[in-house]
Amino acid sequence: MTEAGKSGEIVRYSYATRVNHWIVAICFILLALSGLALFHPALFWLTQLFGGGPWTRILHPFVGIVWAIAFVLLAAKVWRDNFLNSTDRQWLGHIREVLDNRDDGLPVGKYNAGQKLLFWLIVLCLLGLVATGLCMWRAYFALPVDIVRIASMLHAAFATVLICAIVVHIYAAIWVKGSVRAMTRGTVSDGWAWKHHRLWFRDVTRGQQK
Amino acid sequence: MSLQSLDIIRRSATTTPSPQARGAHAGEVAKLIDVSKCIGCKACQVACMEWNDLRDEVGSCTGSYTNPPDLSSESWTLMRFAEYENPDSGNLEWLIRKDGCMHCADPGCLKACPSPGAIVQYANGIVDFHEENCIGCGYCITGCPFNVPRISKKDSKAYKCTLCSDRVAVGLEPACVKTCPTGAIVFGSKDDMKQHAAERIEDLKSRGFEHAGLYDPAGVGGTHVMYVLHHADKPELYSDLPANPTISAAVGVWKGIAKPLGLLAMAATAAFGFLHYLRRGPSEVDKADEEAARRELENTP
Amino acid sequence: MTNHWVDIKNADLVLIMGGNAAEAHPCGFKWVTEAKAHNKAKLIVVDPRFNRSAAVADIYAPIRVGTDIVFLGGLINDLLTSDRIQHEYVLNYTDMSFIVKDEFEFKDGLYSGYNKDTRKYDKSSWDYVLGDDGFVKTDPTLKHPRCVYNLLKEHYARYTIDMVERVCGTPKDKIRLIWDMIASTATKDRAMTILYALGWTQHSIGSQNVRSGAMVQLLLGNIGIAGGGMNALRGHSNIQGLTDIGLMSNLLPGYLTLPNEAEQDYQAYLGTRTQKPLRPNQMSYWQNYPKFHVSLMKSWWGDAAKAENNWCFDYLPKLDKPYDMLQAYELMHQGKMNGYLCQGFNPLASAPNKGKLIDAFSKLKFMVHMDPLSTETMEFWKNYGALNDVDTANIKTEVFRLPVTCFAEENGAVVNSARWLQWHWKGANGPGETRSDIEIMAELFHRIKALYEKEGGTWWDPVRDLAWKYSNPKLPTAEELAMEYSGKALTELRDPKDATKVLRKAGEQVAGFAELRDDGSTACGCWIFSGAWGPTGNLMARRDNSDPTGIGNTIGWAWAWPANRRVLYNRASCDPSGKPFDPTRKLIAWNGAAWGGADIPDFKADENPAGGMGPFIMNPEGVARFFARGNMAEGPFPEHYEPFDTPLSDNPLSPGQPLTLNNPAARVFKDDLAQIGKPDEFPHVATTYRLTEHFHFWTKHGELNAITQPEQFVEIGAALADELGIANGSRVKVTSKRGHIEAVAMVTKRIKALKVDGKTVHQVGIPIHWGFVGAAKPGYLANTLTNAIGDGNSQTPESKCILVKVEKA
Repeated sequence: MTEAGKSGEIVRYSYATRVNHWIVAICFILLALSGLALFHPALFWLTQLFGGGPWTRILHPFVGIVWAIAFVLLAAKVWRDNFLNSTDRQWLGHIREVLDNRDDGLPVGKYNAGQKLLFWLIVLCLLGLVATGLCMWRAYFALPVDIVRIASMLHAAFATVLICAIVVHIYAAIWVKGSVRAMTRGTVSDGWAWKHHRLWFRDVTRGQQK
Repeated sequence: MSLQSLDIIRRSATTTPSPQARGAHAGEVAKLIDVSKCIGCKACQVACMEWNDLRDEVGSCTGSYTNPPDLSSESWTLMRFAEYENPDSGNLEWLIRKDGCMHCADPGCLKACPSPGAIVQYANGIVDFHEENCIGCGYCITGCPFNVPRISKKDSKAYKCTLCSDRVAVGLEPACVKTCPTGAIVFGSKDDMKQHAAERIEDLKSRGFEHAGLYDPAGVGGTHVMYVLHHADKPELYSDLPANPTISAAVGVWKGIAKPLGLLAMAATAAFGFLHYLRRGPSEVDKADEEAARRELENTP
Repeated sequence: MTNHWVDIKNADLVLIMGGNAAEAHPCGFKWVTEAKAHNKAKLIVVDPRFNRSAAVADIYAPIRVGTDIVFLGGLINDLLTSDRIQHEYVLNYTDMSFIVKDEFEFKDGLYSGYNKDTRKYDKSSWDYVLGDDGFVKTDPTLKHPRCVYNLLKEHYARYTIDMVERVCGTPKDKIRLIWDMIASTATKDRAMTILYALGWTQHSIGSQNVRSGAMVQLLLGNIGIAGGGMNALRGHSNIQGLTDIGLMSNLLPGYLTLPNEAEQDYQAYLGTRTQKPLRPNQMSYWQNYPKFHVSLMKSWWGDAAKAENNWCFDYLPKLDKPYDMLQAYELMHQGKMNGYLCQGFNPLASAPNKGKLIDAFSKLKFMVHMDPLSTETMEFWKNYGALNDVDTANIKTEVFRLPVTCFAEENGAVVNSARWLQWHWKGANGPGETRSDIEIMAELFHRIKALYEKEGGTWWDPVRDLAWKYSNPKLPTAEELAMEYSGKALTELRDPKDATKVLRKAGEQVAGFAELRDDGSTACGCWIFSGAWGPTGNLMARRDNSDPTGIGNTIGWAWAWPANRRVLYNRASCDPSGKPFDPTRKLIAWNGAAWGGADIPDFKADENPAGGMGPFIMNPEGVARFFARGNMAEGPFPEHYEPFDTPLSDNPLSPGQPLTLNNPAARVFKDDLAQIGKPDEFPHVATTYRLTEHFHFWTKHGELNAITQPEQFVEIGAALADELGIANGSRVKVTSKRGHIEAVAMVTKRIKALKVDGKTVHQVGIPIHWGFVGAAKPGYLANTLTNAIGDGNSQTPESKCILVKVEKA
């Protein structure tokens, strides 16, 4: 991160990355709502948000395509930061302390192990959802019904996992105060970086001096 | 679209009970197709097209008497022709089967359908698509063990044989039954049809078809379209009529246990977060952290 | 049909041969399924293809096209040698005991009296020996070497089961099984019906195919009984009516016949047709010919027909030869016929040898069409690319198209295969400028008459005097015409036995042909239809389907000719004493004073059986004929001759006789003979036929039909397809000596290669329904391939046997 911030702030996400993230996020919300509408009768009323059942069915895969492309662009930017390394094992070993807000002093890079695992889980779900979703997209693809059946089941499974993962992601943003501004304003406070991502904090601040 | 005289007992994507007060006290209906009497004349296809105002395209010859070559949104029934050389008798047999919706007692299409009221089952057993509620997702196709529903290229709605529910509602037999010149297709209460089938099976056995039998597969709870087959032990001879049709396991999971489990998982995740928050509160950056950060920044060479 | 559609349900055995009832008559075929379901009947199908009828048959056997007489001749031989015949029936109701002239002989495939140059027989030796009393000599012991029984046995002795297998290609075990099943109906309590159609008639030996079947039925005692009979399934809804009303070129209405050139003398004309009994106390119903003939002439020429002018006998044309369709096209082809009024007919598609027809039509000066639909014939001059590659600029024929109403747009009666005249009512008015055929013909008549009146002309008396007493002369109604063909009294008719009794008032409709007279006091346009519109009104419009005995005769439903009889020859269902052979299938019986029962007796109603009158009352013998006498062109007993397009070079039944390879008395024009295919050039045997999805060349205009069977195809056996490398669904070219077609190949196991006379014969199926106009995909006319050689009796072309060459397109 070479972008200069104000004093006491560190730039975490560029404007482009933030836009990218929110495209992914909005698409995900639309996908989750439309997908859930078709997944469970109790949620079919959600189709009204999209102009009714047929529009929900028409829009969902197109939104999915936008989501997938946006996510790939986003992932291209961050995937290198999500390789697991030895410090992550340490973090995972102290997961209880993390959850109990007692995680002082753990060496964490730009992303902690939880974030990294979540990232790879989302990548996996993305691949699964795109592959199975295309199989189910009757308007353009005609596959043997047995494949469509299995694809349909897996699509639901991937979507469930993804939604749970994103719930965790959102909750983490709510729980860890000071996180949301990273995706809105693009910056975090020095203290936030120092507390949660100390290695990254040091990386960035040293870089700034150079 | 639904007619008051036909009582809907099951409705797609509906979690509350459908009307129960009125029932089919005269018995459920069934169409019995006696394959051994069928001459493949396609009068049933034409009657279906006429009654339901369907016109498929004028296609081409694909080397078979089956025309159009497959079911479609405009062809709800068609004759499938299979040439079978019987190894036991040495005789050739031309097995002609009228294909179309089987109107399962446990309809996979209805189970798979995500749109409330797009697929219904009447008390008399007929499974009907109400296209105005259809969203065109094609899930019904995955639910059907007989490969019957088809999505229209024109309107993206799913279509299939209605067993002429509109005719049956006013006491008429389905159009295909009405027109069948040889009496190969008959219609009545399911009990009567089973009895009629038993007579036909006896006749077929007397003609050397020792495995003659009724096709009313239990895997889908029985069907309201049944076949009398000369070779009931080998239904797949009849242009791949499935021997033991059931709703696919994948669809069963997807439309069964996955639904509550999925929602539960999502709710549980959210609840976990909520409870965690209640118990532990937010992870906040306090003054000490900011101070520590500032200190470190100052000490940075 | 001798019997009727519903009666098929009474059969114990159904033989479909020379037809494909399930395919071409699916609605009538319901009665076969009824017989199977409720009568435990078995169904046998013998056909070149395993067809839709075979799909529901108990046993199917393949046969090479054009060899039915061998199969049936072998069966006759088998029934006779194993003595599985209905003895009482055969002895009393057939000519088995009749003695035949010594001069009659059969040698080397030819009967006595053949003339090579005219290709015709002198039939004088083909007759019975008459005694001094003028009656035929008989030998009821059947010992006489010249009695029909022994001649028949001798004739068919060559038709062994080995010979049948060799010529027909049918496997011997199948033949044995089928013959034994058929023989089981020789008992009095079992009946077999034979259902046939154009698969038997469209051959150069078509009439003899039918006769062979009839002979089998007579041996088994299956004619005249419920569930039996020889049942021709008609291919058009009113083709039965066409022959009934006399539209064949040599016929007058009701199977009366036109005089030929030599018959200029009225009395001589009547004499040969007014047949005297050949045995004592026989009815010989044609003795009434003058009554029917005079009534016809009164119907046509009214007051102008008088005893003094022989009831206008001179107004009738005298034939120098038959002017059937094959003859007409031949004459056009020779440039000798130059105008053509084509009414409800599409000959370019329906008649054989399209190439010849195009040439013939191109030589016409004018051609007028009356048809509800656009037809290929109307557009024969138009180039449709490969489908009809004609040089339009050089065709000078002027074509007029007059749109007419179709059957649903007019009232009238249609005669079905069962001889029922069923009245129908107009369902809608015709569209646009359509007019009914009747209206157009009436107008044509008035204009011709006016032209004669204005300009005069030679011998226009028949036009001048034609009776035209319709309320609206421009538009005679179907009702008026029906009353005309049914007949009426012109003057008061009194009982010949009691002159004080008035039977009919002048102008009253008659109740039946028994009331017709030869003194000019009655008029009747078609004697066999007499009574259809009787004194009580239109019986054809009746719709009472009650069937009190359960035999299915429903005599209150519409009206059947003759005399509302449902089963012809039903007297033969009873033994000589008048008791039904099988009481469970009783049609009629003698109650001591009269005949009666579930049907109208086909017999003299009060004739005591003790008098010995035979049940075949139209024959002067009173019995049915195995020996056809001079009534057939090619001989008294059916003999096998190869089709003209034959894969064989020698007739195995008369080996070494080039003259008898093909029917020596077939209808052959010289140019057609030059277009016969030979097996070295055209190695495959093809046959043409209809499909359920279509009706001739009409329904390709219908969208529903086009959807269910959209594109032309030919059926090719898997073995031939393998040999030629033809894939299912690919395109093939099929060529005969007359032309070629291209179509989609349908490769099927349903056509098997046959072993015939030591060589492998592949058969190819060619459905007919496509052409270049209509809603279905354009296709070639199948009759491009067929040849115009015809049966010597019926002039029906041999459309069922073609030598072709199949190759990848």
